[in-house]
Amino acid sequence: MRVNYKSWLIGTTMLVMSATGAFAEVVFNRGNSADPESLDPHKTSTVYEANILRDLFSGLTVQDAKAEIIPGAAESWTMSPDGKTYTFKLRADGKWSDGSPVTADDFVFSWRRLVDPATAAEYAYMLSPVVNADAINKGEKKPEELGVKAIDPLTFEVTLNAPTPYFLEMLSHQSTYAVSKANVEKFGADFIKPGNLVSNGAYMLAEFVPNDHVKAVKNPNFYDAANVKIDVVNYIPTEDRSTAMKRFEAGELDSNDDIPTEQLADLKAKFGDQVRIGPYLGTYYYVFKTPKDPWSNAKLRHAISMAIDRDYLAEKVWQNTMIPAYSFVPPGIGGYETKTTDYAETSQLDREDAAKKILAELGYGPDKPLKLEIRYNTSENHKNTAVAIQEQLKPLGIEVTLLNTDTKTHYAHLENHGDFDVARAGWIADYKDPENFLALCKSGTGNNYGEYSNREYDDLLAAAAASADPAERMKKLSEAEAIGVARDLCVMPLLYYGFHTVVSDKLKGWEDNVMDVHPTRFLSKE
Amino acid sequence: MTDIAAPAPISGRSLWADAWARLRANRAAVVSGVYLILVALACIIGPSFTGHQFTTIYQNYVRVPPSLSPYPKPDMIGTAVEEVVKRARVELAAWREEDGRVVVTVTSAKPIDERVTRYLDRSDLFEHAKVDEISADGLRLTMSADIKRTYFLLGTDISGRDMLTRTLIAGRVSLSIGLLAGLVAVVIGVAYGATSGFIGGKTDEVMMRIVDVLYSLPFIFFVIMLVVFFGRNFILMFLAVGAVLWLDMARIVRGQALSIKRQEYVQAAEALGVTNAGILVRHVIPNLLGPVVIYMTLLVPQVIILESFLSYLGLGVQEPMSSWGVQISQGAKNMPYANWLLYVPSFFLTTTLFALNFIGDGLRDALDPKDR
Amino acid sequence: MLRYVLRRLLTAIPTLFVIVTISFFLMRVAPGGPFNQEKGLNPVIKANLERVYHLDEPLWKQYFLYLGSLLRGDFGPSYNLPDFTVGELFRIGLPVSIQIGASALTLALILGSALGIVAALNQNKGADYAVIATATAGSTIPTFVIAPLFQLLFALTLKWLPVGGWGDGALVNKIGPIVTLALPQIAIVARLMRGSMIESLRSHHIRTARALGLSDYSVVIRHALRGALLPIISYAGPAAAALLTGSIIVETIFQIPGVGRYFVDAALNRDYTLVMGTVVVIAIFTIVFNLIVDLLYAIVDPRVRYD
Repeated sequence: MRVNYKSWLIGTTMLVMSATGAFAEVVFNRGNSADPESLDPHKTSTVYEANILRDLFSGLTVQDAKAEIIPGAAESWTMSPDGKTYTFKLRADGKWSDGSPVTADDFVFSWRRLVDPATAAEYAYMLSPVVNADAINKGEKKPEELGVKAIDPLTFEVTLNAPTPYFLEMLSHQSTYAVSKANVEKFGADFIKPGNLVSNGAYMLAEFVPNDHVKAVKNPNFYDAANVKIDVVNYIPTEDRSTAMKRFEAGELDSNDDIPTEQLADLKAKFGDQVRIGPYLGTYYYVFKTPKDPWSNAKLRHAISMAIDRDYLAEKVWQNTMIPAYSFVPPGIGGYETKTTDYAETSQLDREDAAKKILAELGYGPDKPLKLEIRYNTSENHKNTAVAIQEQLKPLGIEVTLLNTDTKTHYAHLENHGDFDVARAGWIADYKDPENFLALCKSGTGNNYGEYSNREYDDLLAAAAASADPAERMKKLSEAEAIGVARDLCVMPLLYYGFHTVVSDKLKGWEDNVMDVHPTRFLSKE
Repeated sequence: MTDIAAPAPISGRSLWADAWARLRANRAAVVSGVYLILVALACIIGPSFTGHQFTTIYQNYVRVPPSLSPYPKPDMIGTAVEEVVKRARVELAAWREEDGRVVVTVTSAKPIDERVTRYLDRSDLFEHAKVDEISADGLRLTMSADIKRTYFLLGTDISGRDMLTRTLIAGRVSLSIGLLAGLVAVVIGVAYGATSGFIGGKTDEVMMRIVDVLYSLPFIFFVIMLVVFFGRNFILMFLAVGAVLWLDMARIVRGQALSIKRQEYVQAAEALGVTNAGILVRHVIPNLLGPVVIYMTLLVPQVIILESFLSYLGLGVQEPMSSWGVQISQGAKNMPYANWLLYVPSFFLTTTLFALNFIGDGLRDALDPKDR
Repeated sequence: MLRYVLRRLLTAIPTLFVIVTISFFLMRVAPGGPFNQEKGLNPVIKANLERVYHLDEPLWKQYFLYLGSLLRGDFGPSYNLPDFTVGELFRIGLPVSIQIGASALTLALILGSALGIVAALNQNKGADYAVIATATAGSTIPTFVIAPLFQLLFALTLKWLPVGGWGDGALVNKIGPIVTLALPQIAIVARLMRGSMIESLRSHHIRTARALGLSDYSVVIRHALRGALLPIISYAGPAAAALLTGSIIVETIFQIPGVGRYFVDAALNRDYTLVMGTVVVIAIFTIVFNLIVDLLYAIVDPRVRYD
């Protein structure tokens, strides 16, 4: 035991020394709820990868500490008057971590790779606004026909189908990052392995041990390396949130991107303002199967929506880590006016009275109780939410049963348009734009689980997409939400997501923001 | 224990009567048996007497600790009043507590609807709310309500449901799946193992080959697939689990059978021309009882623990039903803060499993033929 | 004996084949696939993914494709961790799981047997009850309760050990996982040992040996223990296969990079290739340990012969 203890002591001492010693490197142990699925930017699908890739790579644009868009690999850009052509000027000092220059060719290669069906990128749709992207992804055209061009090694030109105000925002998304063409051609599928991978961000990949850690070290070739203060980042997958809190308490983690919400009050008492909570661009919702009777009746959908006490869900079930929601698009998107259901401001009792009235009108009562089954995917909080709703609907004579299945079964059932009454779903925005949410109610969209279909709504979305004027576009989208969500309840919004993280006092520069984006290059550690 | 058996048994006394007498003499086993019966009874009829439905959510009593005195605690009333006022979207002017009633005065910029009392009634702390006084312009209103006393002897869970009631309901589920799956496994396992080991030769080889194949199939994978298929019907699922768990039993029984078969007295019986069935009943099964009983007492807990493992993965019984496993995994997640969420179901689970173990040991001692 | 071993190993091949077949089709009848997720994919993208992984082929064809690559020793790529092949995931994770599992098993066998023997020799006395009580408690408290309590006590309160993490395999990082993994096993071994030891002590040859005046100590070691070992060996075989291939609870709570979580995660994620990989690996472990058990049987109990 003595020997073990000693080695532990040495280990700790080394950690301490490395954190404080002038000669030693600054290490940031960053808790990340899950391992990345892939470090290939074109094969990613989760925010856990995004957190890592944001440090490894630089998109044409990047997000700063407040998640605002700033120039990244491109130092400047121009937009043609019709809003359809962007010309990006790449940095002259932009280099890959092996010292070779980042060129427009790399971006052409990477974007073609992203939309190539053979890559099977889950985020291929991020390039949808680019000419021919969708056709290429469907296999109807060749990747070479993508609307991108390398005019010279430092000039990259993109042609879009229509003006896309959020295009620059999308370019900070990890799927649009470039990989080094030379590197991919040299190593093939193995280019992604530690030692092979070269990247153009503030950090470069050193180690990836699944279920243990991803280690990234400072990239000396990064254009802003002089201002990068943390030398090493270890991304540690912290699937078990309780353990993550203990590791944070013990100083083994400097931050974690999630906390067990059921312990929130106690954690706040213990960690004080190291617990960070705030709104996040996502919506937690239930969806009715709209083609199915009796749920085809929007009035009935509203009756149920009104009977659900969202304040209770937010305060008691989610311990205020979520915010009561009455619209699909969360607030916080500049220039967009969110449309809420008309009972958003009425008191809960009045809502319940109104709900009772509707149910009585429709002939539901003690003799003819309304039966409703809630489907949800396995999770402690989804369960508690469903249980609370079940109890809230009981006084109205609605007999609710719950059906919990594992996540894959749940979403397979929804995507295959299986039979259900009400089902849980959630959506987190990829980029700050209302269309990202509202598309989920468009007729025939894969994620339109409720199979809502309304001509007027579809037309408004189409009109918005075709509009060249950003303000006009936002207005159309807003009108669409008023019809599809506020009037027809194509989805029943319950809560807006909130981020809930713990961040050590020692970390400086961590700015809370609605995208919950915190690039390591802007952080420092005492 | 051994000296009880010393006098030669009366020839007419059967193995079973003998065993029963021994079991009764084992105090630990008797106490455990009584305890198990009490727990089972409590789980079956208890929930009707706790004064709470197992599904009822007390919105104002989420995660309150166990207490022998009634809720609300004095400091909760103020918070509850503030909450009521906030929900009613009016301003709190003053409130006081007198003779078990709470008197609340509220103001608002708009005339106040008299239905505002319903917010007081809605709270789990108050009942019989009425308007005492309303100002002429309707902007100021005083109302009062009785303070409702509620007991949560074992506290409430994270949804605000009575822990005592839920633990008892959970006990029903845990005990029944444990017994059910255990029984299924033992019946199949003993029959299979004894047959295989006793018959031996080619049959044994084929039968054990099958067991080997099933054995090498990862159990957890199999169980998860069962959950995916039978997730809606928990009882059916545990019948299926029982039908998988017999493999261990079969191997153990077969191993014992092999070794028993080679005992001199069995070989002697064989030589004397006793039929296979006769040997099986007379020698093999009684000799097997010991290990089978020990294993069964390991198996029932094993099933209950397996169920708790599934609960840990979130694959447990469907809400609003519960099981001790579901409760414990929820409790473990809330450690170290709301520790009663872990301790209450753990106490029930652990004591029950203890009792099962003591009964198992008692049975083993009682049934051991070598002791006679 | 050698012929027997060879024969057993040969018969393992059809066993493996049957297992692979059962698992393959069992996995495929489960609803949902690797690409159903919270963030739903549009049909074109899903079709692309399925094409890349040959999931658009008829099931029988996929089955033969899989068998083919398996015969070449290729477990295929993981769907949910596409940077790694299933083989690589096992190369990384298996050594971790084996280290933890083997240590836990050794601890359990030594400590459990010792406790069991002590209890049996003191049947129905204080020491016996103490062992039974501890063993019962050990086997009834779920690991997912013990592990967090262990962390609270040894890492946060006493600060002797780190909370979790693998720390490149430092001994301090292994103690928690090993002890938590071993505890229920110690309990089970102790109970089994106690039971079979009592049985063994009562058997005729031990009584005879005692009657012949052998001292208690040598009786226990030479004769009783030999007979009493059989159930332990029966138990240890499958237990070894299970422990060496990792435990999801211990690995998740202590955040160590073993393969234990793949059983469950892969099945829940419908990561078909990873599921099949775990099935094959576990099956091989089980087959090997079953063989070892049977051989040990023959060594311990000379009356059991395989010729």
